[in-house]
Amino acid sequence: MTHEVIMAGHGGQGVLYMGTLLARAGMLEGKEVSWLPSYGAEQRGGTANCAVVIGDEAVVSPVVYEATGAVVMNGPSLEKFAPHVRPGGVLVVNTSLAPERVERGDLRVVALPANRLAEETGDGRSANMVALGAFAAATGIVRMDNLLEALRQATPARRRHLLAGNERALRRGEEWMGKD
Amino acid sequence: MAERILLKGNEALGEAAILAGCRFFAGYPITPQNEIPAYMARRMPRVGGVFIQAESELAAINMVYGAAGAGARAMTSSSSPGISLKQEGISYLAGAELPSVVVNIVRGGPGLGGIQPAQSDYFQATRGGGHGDYRTPVFAPNSVQEMVDLTMEAFEVADAYRNPVLVLGDGILGQMMEPVALPPAREAPLPPKPWATTGAKGPGRRIINSLYLDPVVLEQRNLWLAEKYARMRGLARAETVGMEDAEICLVAYGATSRIVKGAMQMARREGIRAGLIRPVTLWPYPTVSIREAAGRVEAFLVVELSLGQMVEDVRLAVDGKAPVHFYGRTGGMVPSPREVLEKLREVAAGMGKRRVVAAGAGA
Repeated sequence: MTHEVIMAGHGGQGVLYMGTLLARAGMLEGKEVSWLPSYGAEQRGGTANCAVVIGDEAVVSPVVYEATGAVVMNGPSLEKFAPHVRPGGVLVVNTSLAPERVERGDLRVVALPANRLAEETGDGRSANMVALGAFAAATGIVRMDNLLEALRQATPARRRHLLAGNERALRRGEEWMGKD
Repeated sequence: MAERILLKGNEALGEAAILAGCRFFAGYPITPQNEIPAYMARRMPRVGGVFIQAESELAAINMVYGAAGAGARAMTSSSSPGISLKQEGISYLAGAELPSVVVNIVRGGPGLGGIQPAQSDYFQATRGGGHGDYRTPVFAPNSVQEMVDLTMEAFEVADAYRNPVLVLGDGILGQMMEPVALPPAREAPLPPKPWATTGAKGPGRRIINSLYLDPVVLEQRNLWLAEKYARMRGLARAETVGMEDAEICLVAYGATSRIVKGAMQMARREGIRAGLIRPVTLWPYPTVSIREAAGRVEAFLVVELSLGQMVEDVRLAVDGKAPVHFYGRTGGMVPSPREVLEKLREVAAGMGKRRVVAAGAGA
């Protein structure tokens, strides 16, 4: 199956980075992948989103209109992108910054307090990693070991000190899903 | 095959230029191509090349004129409004026969327009946006891998024909990431350039110029160039998908061709036999591929991120043998595969009606 994913939030939450890790992990699994960011007059606090496609066949369209899954990191992103998820698709909602209630009843909604869980693991800024870990576990889109490897590959030497915290956050998201 | 790495289209294009032996880059910032100069600024000093952030697009294209005149493989990049500014320089490069690569990561226009992807510079790219009777080959990649492969090829074509070559991308291709396999760097020495202004010692005085005040001489000059442009016709290239049994031929290039391919697959699942011709070169245009299809299909549907530019080349090639329909979005809007599918259904329904009418007339 081809996964077509939207990840959205506000600038500074690391939603584009989250998407690059997902794409990189997909590549590590030998899949065909693409990553397409929103771009342009973006700013910290503004909106940011990206589309990630992962599948066995060459990616046809890197633009995602009807997502098989989505991660929304704040309220405005929930409003904007929930309508773009296919019936039966997975929607991970960061309930730390978005309402828990989702208008649509035909989605698999994962209510995830990503910021709180991130703080518990040591750094509130890794809420994106918590969400990514949960999304991967909920969809089976990539394996955790590949996500961890992608994270290692993408972390430059000067950011090495953040690696352990990000790994913990990824695993925390996965664990949260295990509770369901 | 080389190991695949995840790269952004703009960065992959920059690396491809370096692998092809480009050692001079001049540019001026504009979205959505900023990663190209940013990448070149980082990489050029490490390979002994030159990166210049010029004071303007005009300065950048004229620096390319100078570097190419001195025999270097030289490139500049910009996006639509910036490419308009470079047109004078492109005409001069063509007039002086200076090999060079000009990259346009197209955004919506006219005027300053917007920053989202578009294909509204097709006329400018394929007809020559500058003055005079000149032509430039135009490559239109549709993936990050092709941003690499076609950019490397652009440098070879530029040298082979002593001509500026355009690479026409768009905001999607520039910004997206995909796995790419980078080919090995060109190791062979660059083709000899006995015309290059490399110093007056030795071979004597060389002049690079495009001014010919005597009309007799200028006409000869233009006829000489025309012969070269005629030879370039052999560069025409297209990819075809599902054309073996197609009743409707879709035509699209660049990132749009991928969305259209998605629509084509959806259409086939509901019994509409659609195929796709994807021009890889926009000039010379793969007229032969279109003309050949025109004898076999019932209709064409051209899809572009513009109000209809390439569709004129399709109509020229089809030459009235089949109806040519058009669907376009503009201003930075990108159609979904489903939108294109809707249009395909309309075209298919129209074909059905014609068949009934034709059958009635025959009876």
